[in-house]
Amino acid sequence: MLHAARRLPLSGKIGLAIVLFWLMVALIGPFIAPYTPGAFVSEEVFAGSSGKFWFGSDFLGRDVLSRLLVGARFTVGLSVLAATLACATGTGLALTAAVGPRWVDELLSRAMDTMISIPGKVFALVMVAAFGSSLMLLTLIVAITYVPGNFRIARSLAVGLARLDYVEVARARGEGRLHLALVEMLPNMIRPLFADIGLRFVFIVLLLSGLSFLGLGLQPPDADLGSLVRENVSGLGEGALAVLVPALAIASLTVSVNLLIDAATQGKAR
Amino acid sequence: MTTPSHVDVRDLSVTVRRPDGTLLRIVDSVSFSIPRGEVLALIGESGSGKTTIALSLMGYARGGAVISGQIRVGNASLDGVGPASLAAQRGNRITYVAQSAAAAFNPSRRIIDQVIEPALIHRTAAAPAARERAIGLFRALALPTPETIGERYPHELSGGQLQRLMAAMALITKPDVVIFDEPTTALDVTTQVEVLQAFRRVFREEGATGVYVSHDLAVVAQMADHILVLNGGKVREQNSAATLIAEPQDDYTRMLMSAAQPVVQAITPPAPKAATPLLEIDGIFAGYGPIDREGRPANPVLSAVSLSIGKGAALGVIGESGSGKSTVARVVAGLLTPTAGTVSLDGEVLAPTLAERTREQLRRVQIVFQNADVALNPAHSVGEILARPLRFYHGKTGADARRRVNELLDLTRLPSSVIDRRCGELSGGQKQRVNLARALAAEPDIILCDEVTSALDTVVRGAILDLLGDLRRDLGLAYLFISHDIATVKALCDEIVVFYKGTRVEHGTSDAYAAPPYHPYTELLITSVPELRPGWLADYPYQPVAPVANVTQSSDICRFLQRCPRSRQGLCDIAAPPLRTLENGSRILCHLDTSELAH
Ligand SMILES: Nc1ncnc2c1ncn2[C@@H]1O[C@H](COP(=O)(O)OP(=O)(O)O)[C@@H](O)[C@H]1O
Ligand code: SF4
Ligand SMILES: [Mg+2]
Repeated sequence: MLHAARRLPLSGKIGLAIVLFWLMVALIGPFIAPYTPGAFVSEEVFAGSSGKFWFGSDFLGRDVLSRLLVGARFTVGLSVLAATLACATGTGLALTAAVGPRWVDELLSRAMDTMISIPGKVFALVMVAAFGSSLMLLTLIVAITYVPGNFRIARSLAVGLARLDYVEVARARGEGRLHLALVEMLPNMIRPLFADIGLRFVFIVLLLSGLSFLGLGLQPPDADLGSLVRENVSGLGEGALAVLVPALAIASLTVSVNLLIDAATQGKAR
Repeated sequence: MTTPSHVDVRDLSVTVRRPDGTLLRIVDSVSFSIPRGEVLALIGESGSGKTTIALSLMGYARGGAVISGQIRVGNASLDGVGPASLAAQRGNRITYVAQSAAAAFNPSRRIIDQVIEPALIHRTAAAPAARERAIGLFRALALPTPETIGERYPHELSGGQLQRLMAAMALITKPDVVIFDEPTTALDVTTQVEVLQAFRRVFREEGATGVYVSHDLAVVAQMADHILVLNGGKVREQNSAATLIAEPQDDYTRMLMSAAQPVVQAITPPAPKAATPLLEIDGIFAGYGPIDREGRPANPVLSAVSLSIGKGAALGVIGESGSGKSTVARVVAGLLTPTAGTVSLDGEVLAPTLAERTREQLRRVQIVFQNADVALNPAHSVGEILARPLRFYHGKTGADARRRVNELLDLTRLPSSVIDRRCGELSGGQKQRVNLARALAAEPDIILCDEVTSALDTVVRGAILDLLGDLRRDLGLAYLFISHDIATVKALCDEIVVFYKGTRVEHGTSDAYAAPPYHPYTELLITSVPELRPGWLADYPYQPVAPVANVTQSSDICRFLQRCPRSRQGLCDIAAPPLRTLENGSRILCHLDTSELAH
């Protein structure tokens, strides 16, 4: 792992560092937050940076840094969870399609084609409107939105692998479908799949933030990075840190993941 | 004598940096020169530096390798020239014909546009002139319908045709040197002869200077004026082709020469056939694609194939690529369900699909594929790959399995240190041994070997054949041994079956293939194998009969008719060929009898 990291090009190292930083924040953020995120600690709203409040205060006079540290946990945590869920489901179905009988493949592929023809954001909006947006539902909806995309990629990988001689040999040996899928095929899909998980993660961060920005995502008092942008958007005119910092946080998170993926996949192709 | 040579290479060395930082010389002070209009061959095993030398003539080094020494081609010296002029040199003054032309052509563009492209890029000719020259080259290369073949797309042409078109592309700019890198290695022997003949003719006509890279000494003997033998990046010997073949000076050259004619230590023929053969294939029809109402697949491959193999016997299957050899193995292994016919093991009929066969039945028949690169899972270590069948068939785990894995490595003559390595780190020969060891782990009665030696060099091939022979003697294994190379099959097998377009055209003992009579197709296969003497190609008796593609013919008459040099009008094109037994015991599918086929 360390060895691989050292061989990344500079852009990849920068990406990796920022990604690690955000993962760290998501893990320990709430414990190092200087104030309770919901507490009104500043007299002044939209205050600038000061020794007491590094990123100033928000539209109600709460500490932006503390809210950011907690909000980042929601954004990163939910996105990681949803991306993992989406890719596990998509890849699982893809493997089923690849090793299963022909009709299973037909059925799954058609179903996924149907889902993919509905734009993801519209789907998520409709689902949230219909079922509400508790934390669990929100994660689930976002995950489902990205299952078909991952399925497509994973299926084309798996179908390619299923034709390879080593899979044929295992099949001729009499191995069951589960063995073929999990032992012979999956390990050879991991690397390209990681790139896909990363991409889905980026999409999900943006989708979640977008939903929250529209007020359909996380509900107060919880707030993710998207909610932070939304609730402080009135400060945009005066360039308040309260709106700029969470926006920058979203940008840096997504861009760094992209940098890392680009660098990692390029290194492999070489 | 004093005419200055056309290509001159002095003290060429190529150095690469290994992952651990140390330097490795993959080519070590190689010097040679080529007079104008002659061909120099570079010969050696894979890894001996042949391709590296060829590429460095173009000033090109793979993966950060460093080239030192002097290279002069024509009146251009390649040391110290900038990258821009190198690009010009490559496509214009020095051109390259690679092993796989199919991979080198763009599938979505017409052939002619790709062939004349170098001339247009380097402005050596205007489009109409280049087109005319291309057609001339097509004609010299004996391509069918030279005027119009260029209008086709790569997928409409055969491998041998593409290889010749690639040569046309290389010659279009009238280059100083053409480099051929194993240009016929991927072809069938019958196609190889046609391509070699075409190359020779075009070289004569064009007076081109060439570098011919190959591991096959017999091929090289036909093509080259001079031969340079390489081993481990060093020159072992260089001499004129005739002298080198007649009087090899170096031990390594002699080793290469003997490896070209593999001999496997004679095996006492298996005990007289038991009442029931070990494996019996009876009247198999099989193919690919959807199956229609009459039960025939869209792309039928095998028709009425029957074979039988006794305990401990070795049956060879030969034929050109696409003749259905692998399909037979796949049907026997249960990977492909035949549309008719049965496969029986020890008299017991095997179910047509894998799912219906018992684990014990599966264990007794193991399959080994040609290309060890894709036959071994890159995600698993050698130990894991070998342990799986042990656990699956014999329930062996833990120390028990570990001990058996070591025995298997021993049996296949692999060092026990490979156990924790991934297959990507092994050499081609080692991979093929692991591939075999995995089949042996099942303790099978018969191994289906599908072209297991075809991707290997002659020297490594010899070692694998020896191993197969020893395993057979020591373990009493039977083989269904598939290959397109008759020398390999003859060395290992007691009986040989010849396939043509999915039918069995000849079946006889190995000895029967030593001299005529054979089936006319077998004769074509045998006479197409280059012999280790210069001038063999010039004496080659057949004019290439290009197989006519996509001609529908009634399924009854001889499938070989279109290519058969011995065909009889009014006989072969009317009636189905009978199955007859020749005096040497071989059974053939042909209208002609022993006396007519003997000469
Ligand atoms: N999976 C497949 N699907 C469709 N056609 C196939 C497939 N595998 C082989 N074929 C066709 O079957 C024929 C025989 O192939 P094969 O048995 O591999 O021949 P060989 O091993 O003698 O080269 C060829 O025409 C080939 O194109
Ligand atoms: S039957 Fe006729 S065409 Fe066929 S192989 Fe014999 S001689 Fe040739
Ligand atoms: Mg084959």
